[in-house]
Amino acid sequence: MNEDSTQRDLRDHDLDRPSLEAALEKTWKTPSGVWGVLTTVDHKIIGRRYIFTAFVFLALGGVLSILMRLQLAQPEARVLGPDRYNQIFTMHGANMMFLFAVPVMEAMAVYLVPLMVGTRNIAFPRLNAFSYWMFLAGGTLLWIAFALDMGPDVGWFAYVPLAGPQYAAGKRADIWAQMITFTEVSALAVAVEIVVTVFKQRTPGMSLDRIPLFVWSMLVTSFIIIIAMPAIMIASTCLILDRLVGTHFFNPAEVGDVLLWQHLFWFFGHPEVYIIFLPAVGMVSTMVATFARRPVFGYLALVMALIATGILAFGLWVHHMFVTGLPRLGESFFTASSMAIAVPAGIQIFCWLATLWDGRPVFKTPLLFVIGFMFTFVIGGLTGVMVASVPFDTQVHDTYFVVAHFHYVLIGGAVFPLLGAVYYWFPKMTGRMMSERLGKWAFWLIVIGFNLTFFPMHILGLQGMPRRVYTYQPDMPWFGLNMFVSLSAIILVAGFLVFFIDAIRSARTGPVAPDNPWDAPTLEWSTSSPPPSFNFVRIPVVSGPNPLWEQPDIMPVASGLRTDRRELLVTTLTKAIPQAREASPRNSIWPLWTAIATSVMLIWSIFTPWAVVWGSIPVAVALIGWFWPKGTPEDEA
Amino acid sequence: MIRELHGLALASAALLTLSACTGRQSALDVHGAAAINLKQLILLIVVICSIVWALVMIALISALWRKRDRRERPSSIDPATEHRLTITVVAAVIITVVIIGAFTILSFFATRTLNVAGNDDLTIKVRGLQWWWSIEYFGSTSGQRFETANEIHIPVGRNVRLQLEGVDVIHSFWVPSLAGKQDLIPGRPNELIIRAERAGVYRGQCAEFCGLQHAHMALFVIAEEFPAFEEWARLQRQDATTSSSQEADAGRQAFLAKQCAACHTIRGTTANGTTGPDLTHVGGRQYIAAGLLETTRGSLAAWIADPQTLKPGNNMPMVPLNAEELKSISAYLAGLK
Repeated sequence: MNEDSTQRDLRDHDLDRPSLEAALEKTWKTPSGVWGVLTTVDHKIIGRRYIFTAFVFLALGGVLSILMRLQLAQPEARVLGPDRYNQIFTMHGANMMFLFAVPVMEAMAVYLVPLMVGTRNIAFPRLNAFSYWMFLAGGTLLWIAFALDMGPDVGWFAYVPLAGPQYAAGKRADIWAQMITFTEVSALAVAVEIVVTVFKQRTPGMSLDRIPLFVWSMLVTSFIIIIAMPAIMIASTCLILDRLVGTHFFNPAEVGDVLLWQHLFWFFGHPEVYIIFLPAVGMVSTMVATFARRPVFGYLALVMALIATGILAFGLWVHHMFVTGLPRLGESFFTASSMAIAVPAGIQIFCWLATLWDGRPVFKTPLLFVIGFMFTFVIGGLTGVMVASVPFDTQVHDTYFVVAHFHYVLIGGAVFPLLGAVYYWFPKMTGRMMSERLGKWAFWLIVIGFNLTFFPMHILGLQGMPRRVYTYQPDMPWFGLNMFVSLSAIILVAGFLVFFIDAIRSARTGPVAPDNPWDAPTLEWSTSSPPPSFNFVRIPVVSGPNPLWEQPDIMPVASGLRTDRRELLVTTLTKAIPQAREASPRNSIWPLWTAIATSVMLIWSIFTPWAVVWGSIPVAVALIGWFWPKGTPEDEA
Repeated sequence: MIRELHGLALASAALLTLSACTGRQSALDVHGAAAINLKQLILLIVVICSIVWALVMIALISALWRKRDRRERPSSIDPATEHRLTITVVAAVIITVVIIGAFTILSFFATRTLNVAGNDDLTIKVRGLQWWWSIEYFGSTSGQRFETANEIHIPVGRNVRLQLEGVDVIHSFWVPSLAGKQDLIPGRPNELIIRAERAGVYRGQCAEFCGLQHAHMALFVIAEEFPAFEEWARLQRQDATTSSSQEADAGRQAFLAKQCAACHTIRGTTANGTTGPDLTHVGGRQYIAAGLLETTRGSLAAWIADPQTLKPGNNMPMVPLNAEELKSISAYLAGLK
């Protein structure tokens, strides 16, 4: 019996390269046409889709910020009324955090992590497909609600009692809370996939000390997601219960507690910043090594800094609550922990500087964005140290100083590396190069435009301008700087337009990219651009953290995987020693059905709690369909 | 890069010189004990951080543009260089730890000075509502208690204890020229001590998003010498002045006959509503509608005629009045000094 099955199995070492490629393509391909689009579980297709969708949300959020700058350019302007303005600033924040920043980082990981660890697909590929559909549904819900004048207007933080049943009538706050549920589900799903992919699917030889730094950063990020997201899930569920069922979690008149919301929200909300920032750090480490032409300095220190940041991230949520009247001694603890996070950040900056110092920098667009990142992010980090100080914060909390600070951290610290990463990995993802000339234009416009737009906000904040105001009075001395900020935003917007034009044009007509255009050291560059559906013809075996530099001519491979069914190599956690062959699921329509059923249940539940009861029946049916054995070779044990 | 560096240096310089400028609502134009301490702390930290930033940028620029030898292969590493780099990075990390530690200790002690309970000479209750401030003064006897709105008078050079209370949603009390901010949270009373070192009018504004008219929720702290403050308080304790003119008299009657009295109190009349601000001495306040308009007869008339255009979404309804009523009511209110 055993012998029989080994004879029937076709293994990759039985075939020469062309017939092996053909056999793998037959097993792994996504069918063309609409059916293929709806059923695919290929992490590359889903990753690209995810990235594209997230950038669409970035553009939409950018349009909102243009509207806000139009309104704020002059005192008592009437471009937007208070109701519309409150919806817009809430949408801008919620959209950028939940629909752009977190998903785009996870999307980059969905695409890159399996390639960087040398495996054929992400772990739980159907869950991955499901997660994308949920993300799309959540984003669509929010934007359709906004188009119908039902957009949330309580801030992306939705503080109670303002977001509670008494002061936020209608369905606006419910839409915010349910959009959170959608993005939570998708983010948690991806986090679990990444953890398992990194722990169990690394290619032979990729021991813990050889994992690419971007993969390390995504591993830490995924753990932060898994630990932080339940807090906001509890918070938003309690809010919905208060609003829909009449519970009193946050109602002070019935012994509920208003501050409980803030604790739960920021226990998630502060780690959220690192969920966005750590992947960017991983991208920077990757690009610095490639363009400095040397392995990154202080690999171990960088990994430790990532882990330290991930742990400290959970110890500083109270610095968002320094003026709520908590005990001063407790606040001092959170000052100390918030300050302490500057140490791992400093370690990273110094290691990158050392890498650049000893390397031979090649000034391509990705490296330019890394330089722009350092220039800008260090300012954001230092203003972060400022607001970590309780007394300092009592003057700048909830002012434009903080608006400046977190845009420096989020745009300077995360979006700049992301744009660099798009230029860097675009050839791998699309098989075409982006334009260096337009890339330099985009870089200069964005970095100059950004700093001119956001630096003056520090001064506005110290001059007493609060956040989240839809206007200000003419007798306040804020008009000049606000006008300057609004005009500077034009430069920033122009930069993003150049970037988008370059990306769209290059995807269609850019020069064809070689497999490894930057002579980069990590595994994703060892396969073709774009990679085949099965990622690697033969599974590479690595003996160092920079395999393509250490073994430039000959790449050893592992063989023995079946070609007639989707099969992955499972390896041990620490040393990545081959352990088993594991089947990887085929394409399926059921993740889409499950996502539709779940979406119906969640949206329906905005209107009646019974939706959770009746709506769970279709979800159960879809899940049964999802797991029902289909008689494919993958179903064999 | 160089150009930007220049721009930023200029901007930082501008930030420092700004401290010399004056603003009615600015953390850099300070007249209160707490705010004066905070400004020193802010400037110290900003200067140190600017120096740190400049040093990192110098390191970045020299790392990028220094002359160097050709490297054989990207993966080759020279152990001697690696050793030197390690020492440099470790030194930089130690300096970071020292600076961070210093900032932490500094803010710990600065927090303690903010919190000096001292012996306060005056206690005032400040309630935050959508979108105005209710101010209540206590005296030694119940007859000395009085209420006003959106304007706090304090004596110069005395500690004043503010009891902060959020009535509907969360608001935040912030008069940056006097002190840092403190939230007004429903169900969780807070306190803040302010002390003005100089006489003057200091503007403040709600600093926690509180809904539609968060942008128009200002208040004024008027610090004056003790005798002037005493005189003001004596006046405030009194009931509303009885109307001197015929027009004002008609205004008073119209006010009491219309819906106005359902929401507003005017002591000495039958108007005793508590939903809106106490109007007993509204004519003597500098602003109406939480800092929206200077108090004049004209602005009062404009406000009463169409509150929803001037401050969209606020809780004051448009009360239908004929021209005569509008004129007389505004005359009456303007006369309530």
